[in-house]
Amino acid sequence: MSGTTDTTTGGRPGVPSWLLAPAALGAAFVLLPLVAVVARVDWTDFGSLVTSEASRAALSLSLRTSLVSTLLCLLLGVPMAVVLARLRFPGQGVLRALVLLPLVLPPVVGGIALLYTFGRRGLLGETLEVLGVQVAFSTAAVVLAQTFVSLPFLVVSLEGSLRSGSERYEVVAATLGAGPTTVFRRVTLPLVLPGLFSGTVLAFARALGEFGATVTFAGSLQGTTRTLPLEIYLRRESDVDAAVALSLVLVVVAVVVIGVARPGRAAS
Amino acid sequence: MGTRPVLPALALGLALAAVGCGGAGGDEDGTTLTVYAAASLTDTFEQVADRFEAEHDGVEVELALGGSSELAAQLVEGAPADVFASADTPTMDRVVDAGLTAGDPQPFASNTLQVAVPPGNPAGIGSLDDLGADGVRVVVCAPEVPCGAAARRVAEAAGVSLSPVSEEQKVTDVLAKVTTGEADAGLVYVTDVVAAGDAVDGIEVPEAAEVVNVYPVATLADSDDPDLARAFVDLLLGPTGQRVLADAGFAPAPVP
Amino acid sequence: MSAATGGALELVVDVPERDVRVELAVAPGETVALLGPNGAGKSTVLAVAAGLLRTGASRVVLDGQELTGATFVPPHRRRVALLAQEPLLFPHLDVLENVAFGPRSAGAGRAAARDRARHWLAELRVAELAGRRPAAISGGQAQRVAVARALAAEPGLLLLDEPMAALDVAVTPALRQTLARVLADRSVLVVTHDVLDALLLADRVVVLEGGRVTEQGRAADVLARPRSGFAASFAGLNLVAGTWRDGAVVGPGARLHGTVGDDAPAEGGEAVAVFRPSAVAVHDEPPGGSPRNALPVTVTEVEPLGDRVRVRAGELSADVTPHSAAALDLVPGSRVVFTVKATEVAVHAR
Repeated sequence: MSGTTDTTTGGRPGVPSWLLAPAALGAAFVLLPLVAVVARVDWTDFGSLVTSEASRAALSLSLRTSLVSTLLCLLLGVPMAVVLARLRFPGQGVLRALVLLPLVLPPVVGGIALLYTFGRRGLLGETLEVLGVQVAFSTAAVVLAQTFVSLPFLVVSLEGSLRSGSERYEVVAATLGAGPTTVFRRVTLPLVLPGLFSGTVLAFARALGEFGATVTFAGSLQGTTRTLPLEIYLRRESDVDAAVALSLVLVVVAVVVIGVARPGRAAS
Repeated sequence: MGTRPVLPALALGLALAAVGCGGAGGDEDGTTLTVYAAASLTDTFEQVADRFEAEHDGVEVELALGGSSELAAQLVEGAPADVFASADTPTMDRVVDAGLTAGDPQPFASNTLQVAVPPGNPAGIGSLDDLGADGVRVVVCAPEVPCGAAARRVAEAAGVSLSPVSEEQKVTDVLAKVTTGEADAGLVYVTDVVAAGDAVDGIEVPEAAEVVNVYPVATLADSDDPDLARAFVDLLLGPTGQRVLADAGFAPAPVP
Repeated sequence: MSAATGGALELVVDVPERDVRVELAVAPGETVALLGPNGAGKSTVLAVAAGLLRTGASRVVLDGQELTGATFVPPHRRRVALLAQEPLLFPHLDVLENVAFGPRSAGAGRAAARDRARHWLAELRVAELAGRRPAAISGGQAQRVAVARALAAEPGLLLLDEPMAALDVAVTPALRQTLARVLADRSVLVVTHDVLDALLLADRVVVLEGGRVTEQGRAADVLARPRSGFAASFAGLNLVAGTWRDGAVVGPGARLHGTVGDDAPAEGGEAVAVFRPSAVAVHDEPPGGSPRNALPVTVTEVEPLGDRVRVRAGELSADVTPHSAAALDLVPGSRVVFTVKATEVAVHAR
């Protein structure tokens, strides 16, 4: 019992009342479009629209690629966050800014950049082509695009956690005789687990919603590269009801993801 | 205290006004004519619009360019416009069916498909048959959009079964995949090949002639200035517009 | 000293960017207290000893092994444990696993590490906390667990950085007594602000001011005859050392009753009585029938101290108002009586 449930603003400084109106306006601005999507759904055909072959292929592809790219984000992002949070080296600030660039870059630009890297005539693509690896138009290209845009979410989230106090415990662990690997495994990782978890969920959500880089870099083919957002965009051309129904599916998935990764959930 | 919430609301209003939510017909002096046109008409309509502005003092033509289906959807949802030029008849029909047009749409140009290949034709494409060969990376438009529907009909006419590596949303996306060399070949409009200049080579395929894409144009019922809208369509159908279209690779509209 | 620990430390700390230049040694089994004002470089000394701060000219030799220079030994291979102000127990591990952390890191099996952890928890009198989470124990308990954890790692040298500064004053005497017991015969370097820590835990005191050693020697000597400014202010408290007899500390020319804490001295054992100068009243003759402790003294010095006047009489001092200093006509050579209430005197075992 620590008295966290007082419903009055009793002992607290309180919020200026004139902030409430714009706050409510902002909330309405975000929520209303979601309500509009729900209101626009054609419920009688909803089942058949979201279970059509194309829809299922897109949803399944989206889930599979997002899971793989989230895994890639973990494999690459965790070491990146640790290096950025714990080491000091020249050019670190610049490196961090560049690594986080996909966060603010229009995804289409990311797609173009990936194209000139992994594309057939790209920086690495030519070598890959010689080795018999074709990235463009493959599911691997989707995964690359998703990883590119979601990696910074994981890195930012984890780096923040790493900087919020776990370092002192690492020092203690080292003086108790734990080598760097033991410290990382038994102290650092458990301590940043909440941040790692929310970062992972955010990365997954971002991967799931990825559109611009995918459409620019990977192409669009049912079952191979046409993820749910691409399917929704294409369906708008011919079948608006299907596009709306699939949009609702993505909204629901997003709500679930945010619910799972709600910040502060891990705080006790 | 009670009056304070006005401030943020005011700020929001100003912000919206600043980004130009006013839409068509907002200028104080002169008139704005809003023309919705298919993306494949970008270059030609810019030229036609320049001519039109030169001929009509104080009139500004605002072009909204995009995929025909998308533009049609916007019009159906209530976007204000004076003229709509579509890349195919079925899309125009959706606008007609919604009762948004004034008078019948008129065909003003036609377009056929061509095979676009990267400069030098690295995959050695010579005919439509080559597109069905193993290992050739072909990109087309998705069947949901006009250029994709046309591509499908051309392939059927030629008896070739295509297994494209990607079905793009827009013909410009198909072209981009070819210009970057990602794809060995793409099915695009003749006009796209002309517009791309040296970035791609065009290969004429006889079967494509059987699938002609007709571009219709119509004035819209809720136009603020029907006469001006009519004048724009007349310019397009007249010798000036037709010359610009021909230079861009468009064929004349078929005589009904 | 116990054979398992060893712990002869030679330390040269040279950190020009912080203007710290310190040489000190800790003999095997010796506890050295590092005293000094904030910013004197105490933490820098600990950081260099622990290997957390690496500078070119600093040198650390533990039991004959060079830990610095070309063969720099990282913190986890030094056998130097560091205990900070805050316990910093790993929040995700229970108390037992916290204490077993060191043995596990040294390669001990799970069961063996837990056995060792239980042993040290018992030594620190907190065996019953083994299954608890750090969040569910008090600050004093947590610090005991942290000490157990540090000792379970079997360090050759233990570094304590103000181990009781963050604790409730109510729990410090008991912890201090426990520390005195478990730290005996170990090599320890303890940074402290507390005169009692220095007196009761340390064999030797090193005073650090402005990044230099200004004074060092036996704890009792330094506190009794401070030569450095810091030690003098540090020793501003009145200390009377003596023997514990019949409920009083009996020293040379003094007999003091006081309040006994958890660290009660044994009859006939060494004890120290501590009281603040501001608790001392000055009289020109012994007050009759008073329950107060009375100490007949000769004034050696009278000096202003803020809005008070400090009256020194040898090693003792009293703070009085300028008014009463004038009324008593206090000058060096005056024979007066210092009195202090028994409730103002703290008695500790030594």
